[in-house]
Order: sequence, then C-alpha cells, then structure tokens
Amino acid sequence: MIYGGLGDSRTRRTVTGMARVLRALRLDGMLLSGLIAVSLFGLFVLWSAAGDNDALWFSQLARVGIGFVLLVVLAQIPDHFLRMLSPAAFVVGLVLLAVVALVGDIGKGAQRWLDLGVIRFQPSEIMKLAVPMMCAWYLHQRPLPPSLRDVGAVLLIILVPVGLIAEQPDLGTALLVAASGTIVLVMGGLSWTSILGGIAILGAAVPVGWHFMHEYQRQRVLTLLDPQSDALGAGYHIIQSQIAIGSGGVFGKGWMNGSQAQLEFLPERSTDFIFAVIGEELGLLGLMALLVGYLFIVGRGMTMALQCRDAFTRLLAGSIALTFFVYACVNAGMVMGLLPVVGVPLPLVSYGGTSFVTLMAGFGILMALHSSRKLVG
Amino acid sequence: MRRVRIKDEALEQRMFFQRVLLAATVVALVALALVGRAFWLQVVQHAHYVELSQGNRARIEPLPPNRGVIYDRSGRVIAENTPAYQLELIREQAGDLEDTLAHLVRFGLLERGDVSRVRQLVLSRRTFEAVPFLLQLDDEEVARYAVHRHELPGVLLETRMARHYPYGPVGAHALGYVGTISEQDLSRVDRERYFGTGVIGKTGIERAYEAELLGIGGYREVLVNAEGRPARLAEGADPQLRTFEPQAGRGLRLTLDIELQRVAEEAFAGRRGGAVAIDPANGDVLVFASLPSFDPNGFTRGISRGDYLALTENPDQPLFNRVLRGTYPPGSTIKPLMALAGLENGVIQPTDQIFCGGSYSLPGSRHRYREPRRGGTHGTVEMRRAVMKSCDVYFYRLANTLGIQRIHDSMARMGFGEPTGIDIEGERGGIMPSPAWKKTAFSTREQQVWFPGETVIVGIGQGYWTATLLQLAKATALLAMRGQPYQPRLVRALVDPATGKVDEKKARSLPRIELQHPENWEIIVDAMVAVTTGGTASLAARGASYSIAGKTGTAQVFSVGQAEKYDEKEVAERLRDHAVFVAFAPAESPRLAVAVLVENGGFGSSAAAPIARAIFDAYLAKAPP
Repeated sequence: MIYGGLGDSRTRRTVTGMARVLRALRLDGMLLSGLIAVSLFGLFVLWSAAGDNDALWFSQLARVGIGFVLLVVLAQIPDHFLRMLSPAAFVVGLVLLAVVALVGDIGKGAQRWLDLGVIRFQPSEIMKLAVPMMCAWYLHQRPLPPSLRDVGAVLLIILVPVGLIAEQPDLGTALLVAASGTIVLVMGGLSWTSILGGIAILGAAVPVGWHFMHEYQRQRVLTLLDPQSDALGAGYHIIQSQIAIGSGGVFGKGWMNGSQAQLEFLPERSTDFIFAVIGEELGLLGLMALLVGYLFIVGRGMTMALQCRDAFTRLLAGSIALTFFVYACVNAGMVMGLLPVVGVPLPLVSYGGTSFVTLMAGFGILMALHSSRKLVG
Repeated sequence: MRRVRIKDEALEQRMFFQRVLLAATVVALVALALVGRAFWLQVVQHAHYVELSQGNRARIEPLPPNRGVIYDRSGRVIAENTPAYQLELIREQAGDLEDTLAHLVRFGLLERGDVSRVRQLVLSRRTFEAVPFLLQLDDEEVARYAVHRHELPGVLLETRMARHYPYGPVGAHALGYVGTISEQDLSRVDRERYFGTGVIGKTGIERAYEAELLGIGGYREVLVNAEGRPARLAEGADPQLRTFEPQAGRGLRLTLDIELQRVAEEAFAGRRGGAVAIDPANGDVLVFASLPSFDPNGFTRGISRGDYLALTENPDQPLFNRVLRGTYPPGSTIKPLMALAGLENGVIQPTDQIFCGGSYSLPGSRHRYREPRRGGTHGTVEMRRAVMKSCDVYFYRLANTLGIQRIHDSMARMGFGEPTGIDIEGERGGIMPSPAWKKTAFSTREQQVWFPGETVIVGIGQGYWTATLLQLAKATALLAMRGQPYQPRLVRALVDPATGKVDEKKARSLPRIELQHPENWEIIVDAMVAVTTGGTASLAARGASYSIAGKTGTAQVFSVGQAEKYDEKEVAERLRDHAVFVAFAPAESPRLAVAVLVENGGFGSSAAAPIARAIFDAYLAKAPP
C-alpha cells in the first residue's frame, strides 16, 4: 500500500507548489498556519517576559524548532500503525509512572522526573497522549454508544494513570490527562444520563477528594475562594496576576512595558503566569488575539476529526483538539482567578520544553489521522 | 435473551457529528466566560487595578509568626523567642549580588567562608523576598552596619524574634535547635509557609514538631514606589492598607525535667556518655542526656563555618546523639533478662546450682571463656547470686542451653533490635543477632554460618549484640512495670499560644508481655535488688532511703586475647571498656527507670552507677506528683 497524498485524483483544482509540498508531507495547511501563528505570538511575548534572560528565550526557540520537526515526523505515521501502537504506548507509560512513584518514595517529595542520564522527562507527559489513544483504541472495536461495561473499562483506563500522576503530586497534569480520556468517552457517544450522572457523582466526590488532597493542594483551593487569606503564598500569585491583567486595560501598557511583569512583581511570569504578561502589556486586545488563535486551532481540529474515516481516528482527533482547548482554558482561568492554581502551562506560549513538544506531537498525530482518511474509496 | 449489537458506521458518524456540535457549544460558552472575565478585570475594574499597579503600589511584607515556646514538664521555659537584630537581603534591590557580598565581607558582617552558603540561600528564594542571612547581631555589628548602610543597598536591618535556649547545652540533644533554612530543607516543606521566616527546626524536638511549632505567617501591605522603596503618603491620604496578624505556633510541654537533666549532666563530670530516665508508668522521658553537649544558641545565630567545623572535628563528637544513635554492646546489664528467658523457657530453675571456676568451655572445645577479673571465681552460684555477682560462667552456660534462636526471640520481645519509636527522628535500632540476621549481614557463605561460640558471648551482652540507651531504659522500665511497656516520648502536651490551654497527649501503652509464670517477675526483681544491696553495685547504693533494683555492665571496646588478662590501668583511655548501669527505684513501686553509659568508664559499678544514684536521689526526694 502506498500512503501519503499521492493518487489524489479526486481533486480537480490546480494546486500551488506550497500546497503540493504540504500534501506530500501529509500536513494540514490551515492547522499548521494556526499553530505557527500562535507559536510566534508566544515567542514574541516570551521575549518580554524573559527580561534579561536571553538564554531562556533561545532555548525556547530551539524547543519550538524541535516541536515542529516532531510534528512533521509523527504526521507520517499511518493511522493503523498508531492504532496498533496504542496499547503498547499506554503500558510503557504506566510502567514508567510506577517507576517514578517508587523512586519518589525513596526520594521523599514530589517526584515527576525520570532521569535517563542524557535526558530527563516526565512520564506523565507520555500519558497526555497515551491515555486518549488507549481509550479510542478500546472503544473503536466496540459498538457505539458504549455499553455500561465498556464505559467502566474506559474509566479504569483513565483513572489508574490519573491516580498515579495525582499522587506525584501533580494535580494539573492529572486533571488534563483525565480530561483527555473523558473527552474520548463523551465524543464516543456516552449517553446523556451517564454524563449527568457523572457530573452528579463528581459533585458528591468533592468532599472525598478533599480528604485525600495534599495540604498545599487544599490551600490552593481555599486561596481561590479568598486570595487575601494567603497573600504571601498561593494567594500572592493570584493577586499579582490580577493586578497585572486589570491594569493592562484594553490596549495594554505596551510590549516590554508592563510594570508588574518587568519589576518582577509577577511570579513565574515566563512559565505558568505568562497569560498575565499578555494581559498587562498587550491588553484585552492581546488576549482576544490569542483566544482567536486558539479557537481557530480547535475549530480546524474538530473539522478534521469530522472528516476522519473510522471511530479510532475520529475519537482520537477530537480528543486532541478539545484537550488543547482545555489546556488553554485551565491556564487562563487560573491566571484570571477563576480556577485554583494547578500549575498548567499556557499552551504554545509558556516557557517549558516538555509541554510544547507534547502538544506538537499531538498535532502531528492529528494530521496523520486526517491524512489517512483519503485512502477510503 | 441478549441482543448482540454490531457496529453501525452511519449511526456512529451521525452521533459523532452531534457530539461535535455539543463540544462546539461548550467551547463557545467557555470562551465567552473567559472574555467576560478579562472584560471585568481590564475594563470594569481597570481603574482599581491601575491604582494598585501604577506609581505607588502595595508591596506585601511578611510578618513571620512567633515560634511555639517549649516548656519542660513543670512549665519552665527551655526554648523561647527574644527580640534580636538581623540582617536581611532583598536580591532585586541589591543591584549586583556579588558586590554586596564582597562589601559585607569587607565590613566584617560576613565571614569569607560563609559567602557561598549565603549566596546559595539568597538565590534559592524569590527575588523580592527579604532573606535573613545573619541572625542575632551584637551591638558592634549593628554599629558597623549603621556606618556602612549607604553602601549596602538591599541589605536591611530588621528586628525580629529569634530563638533562644536559656539552659544552653543542658538537654540540647533532645531539644535540638533551629537554623537558617537551607535549600535541602525547602525540598521537604511547603516553601510558601516559610515566606519571611528565616529558620527551621534542624534536629531533635525542634525538627520533629516543626509543623506544630511553626505557626502561620501574616503580612502587611506597604506602599512602595516604582523602585520598590517604601513611599511617603501625602497628608491625609488613606491607602486602605491591610494587615493580617500572624498566628503563633503551638507551644510544647515536654516530658523532660530540665533540673533533673542538669543533675544528670553534672554527674558525668566531664566524661563522655549518655543517660536516659523514664517514668515507667507512662514512658515519659525525664532525662535525655548525651555528653558532651553543645550550645544550641550558636546555631540559631547562623553558625559560622569555622565554629561548625570545630564542633564536627572535635574527637569527643559533641554533635553525636549518643542516646538516640549510639549503639553499644549492652554487656552484663541484660543478665536479668537472660535469666528471665531461662525461666520462661523452662531450661533452668532459680535454685539450680552451677559451679564457677573462672572459665567456661563449650563441650568438646578447649577455648576458655573467662571471667573478666584476675582470679575471678564465684564458686557455687544459683540464679540470684549469679545476677548479684554478675557471674559470666553462669550465663555462658545458660546461653548455650537456651540456644541463639530462643535468646533472640525473648530479647526481641523486650524491644531489642528495633527502634523504641521515641518521637524524634533518626533513632537507631541496634542489632539483636540471630542466625537469620547473620545471613543478611554478611556476604560470603563462610561468614554467614552461626557458631555456637557466638551464642555463648551473647549470653553476657557481647558479640554482635548492640543496643541503644533508649532500648536499655525501655527494657528496664518494662521490668519495673512487670511486663507493661510504654512507648518513650519527649512531648506530653501541646499548648495553645493564645489561651494557654494545655492539650495533654495520652501515653501510648504497648502490648503487655504475659509470662507463663508471673511470679518470675519478682524473682528477677529480687535478684536485681540483691545487686544493689550485696552485689556489684552495693557501694553506689549505700545509704539510699529507697530500694534500688539494678544491674551493672561492662561493654567491651576491644577484646581480650586468650592468654591475656584485662588490666584497666595499662589500657589507653579510649580503648577502656564502657561502663553501663540500668536500674529502677523504688523496687517495689517504681517511679523511675534509668540507663546510664559512661564511655571508657571501665566497670559499670564505679563509673555509671553513681550517676544513676544522683538522678534517683534528686527525683525521689520530691514527693510523687
């Protein structure tokens, strides 16, 4: 079998050189341009947020490069191969998480990294993709909407890694992984009764979850309700980021001119709280521009999912696109004081290697799934 | 009947389309909410936030909580907070950090050897945090700072409460100390809780009860101008700045009796060693003495590298916690427990007589296990006399009869070979040897074999057997209570800093040791009383107004060769045996159980027993509470 955009005889339109290259590389032009636009916007903002730290900016630039290369590479994988790979990826990720948990027990304290000597990475990042892949793999071979038994199995697939990640403790990533799997389930046709029932159970589980939370995690939640109660600790982040955003106004104070950001009142301004730098320096307009970029990416991703040829590709593509939006909302909500501070980076903008590279890997897979559809007669 | 469902591609596609619509709706709603929130912050509330951010803005200054006060068992303050000057550094105001550090060294406010430590400390905190780096300045240092303050931007002189230990070195090993927070400390605590707090409990009770002692930090909003310096307000301006008061940490009421502790430490008269005294009825540790001690006040000041090296390189090891972490051969102090094991296993009767001719040999072996003293023979002895005179031959023989497994099991029940579980960190468990233990402790097969000769010397508390003073004291308390053990503890109550309300903690009783013949307790106690009335410790117990049940011991530091005799005078001081003594009193209704060890003190009767006597005298003179 020959894969790729070859033999595309159905298209009558004359294609430009650029489009031909994109097709040969199995890339989606619209999605790619959206990603490039937001990444450039991110680098632009990071230049200001990084302050004097040029090294930080250049290392992010290198990661952006690596991310796009990875996207192109992953886009070449045939979809049936991805499907075959899903259980293996999931099991490997699970084993690595268990290893990290054991090492963490010995090291006493938050343990998320696996040190392989040359590179260090967080196995939880693998799970951001492996969990939705596994869920889609499980559901695609069964009739949809899923039976109650299948729903139970998928929930198990989600909850085991989520539990391990939450134990690390890394609540932010745990929630994102949980979201990516749950989205597969909902997109796969989970009945309305189940959805509403699930929400009800979640509501009832809040007190139980509270009981199992680490002290600092509880503090974060309490702080959300009343930031002033802990103005030095977690509340400090929220107070300062809201001052930054609010003082930015409609047009912002100008690039490199945010006093909150530049005078270092704003903590973690190049990583988790970079959204506040945008709000302060580029104002409401800057935030709107970013939001439009995100919505464009999600919209294009969903359209691509609709064009996919089978349940596996559809579900996985839909989950990748929607999870991306969840990332953005959780970060924006946390920085603007709508959600607890959970340590989720702003997608494609925050400084930090693994997050950017994982996102690009996801979009690479999304493009691979989409390209494969053309083989259907 | 069960209907088999099959995949219906058309249905699935239709359903997926519906779900995409649903998702699109949710995405749109959430996006709208985000826009709404941004609009609220940036348009509606814009003026309010501009006020906070532009020109003058509120900077948050921490108000560190007062650390909980520590009291001894009768309410005497043994760790408190006193006002002191300290130097703090704010990195973002200091300009060039290296310049600032160099200036501090030049002005004599920082030792050269401490520069890298302070640099690391400052870099580990956020740029806007004031990091305390020199605590408890004396008047001269304050004066020097005042002269040079204009050359030290970002270095502030602050009055803060600093930890002070009024009793100095007395009880320092139990109490522990606080010191400046290190990067390593920050990895095991929530760093947010230490904003503005310069110190953290490093060892002992200060460390184990850190969470209770710390308290909750408060803060104060201060208007600062664009450079980050406090701004002056126009007359009549009301900036509406807020202050949140800190909450002091909880106080601790210890089980230690600091005066009794002082008596014990003074009784050592400069010798090295340790002493533990436990109330057998509840596990309260009244004395926890490890000598030589050190002055914890040196650490609260941010001990200099030179002073610290002087402590760590001292051959007497004043920082070594001998009570918690010193493991010694228990020596003859375990003979009463061995006798009890013999009785309970039915291998010997109290009246059985054995002839001691000065040495013991295993059947079929020519190796002689000797009595330690030149010409030491006890003639015919039964159990009471064997304990009283500390006859080694009797216990060599008993150990051989019992066998190592039964010895191990009996002693493990008494708590040997595992930590006592006292409420401070770092306790060692010692070794209660057994054939199974030897398999894990040695690597080669030849070394893993258990030899009968090794059982024989375990019978007199030597060989592989090592124990901590806490274990000895706990086992002695268990004998005093005739089988009811308690977990040793140093903290008996928490004190509310606001109301002074004392919240007593319950003593933790451990599973009772039931004997098949409970009268065996009294046989053993009677033999131990004989030790202090006519036996090895009679000199130290002479004239006491109460009865003491005790046992002397000698922990071998090096072994005596076959043909040699141990001569105390000829052996260099540091190779001399350790003197050990365990006892409880009054024997019939015990109020205190004690274990004492004097390093290189020679025989237990002459060096260790008088220290125990001093503790008993001081404590039992007072009426029972």
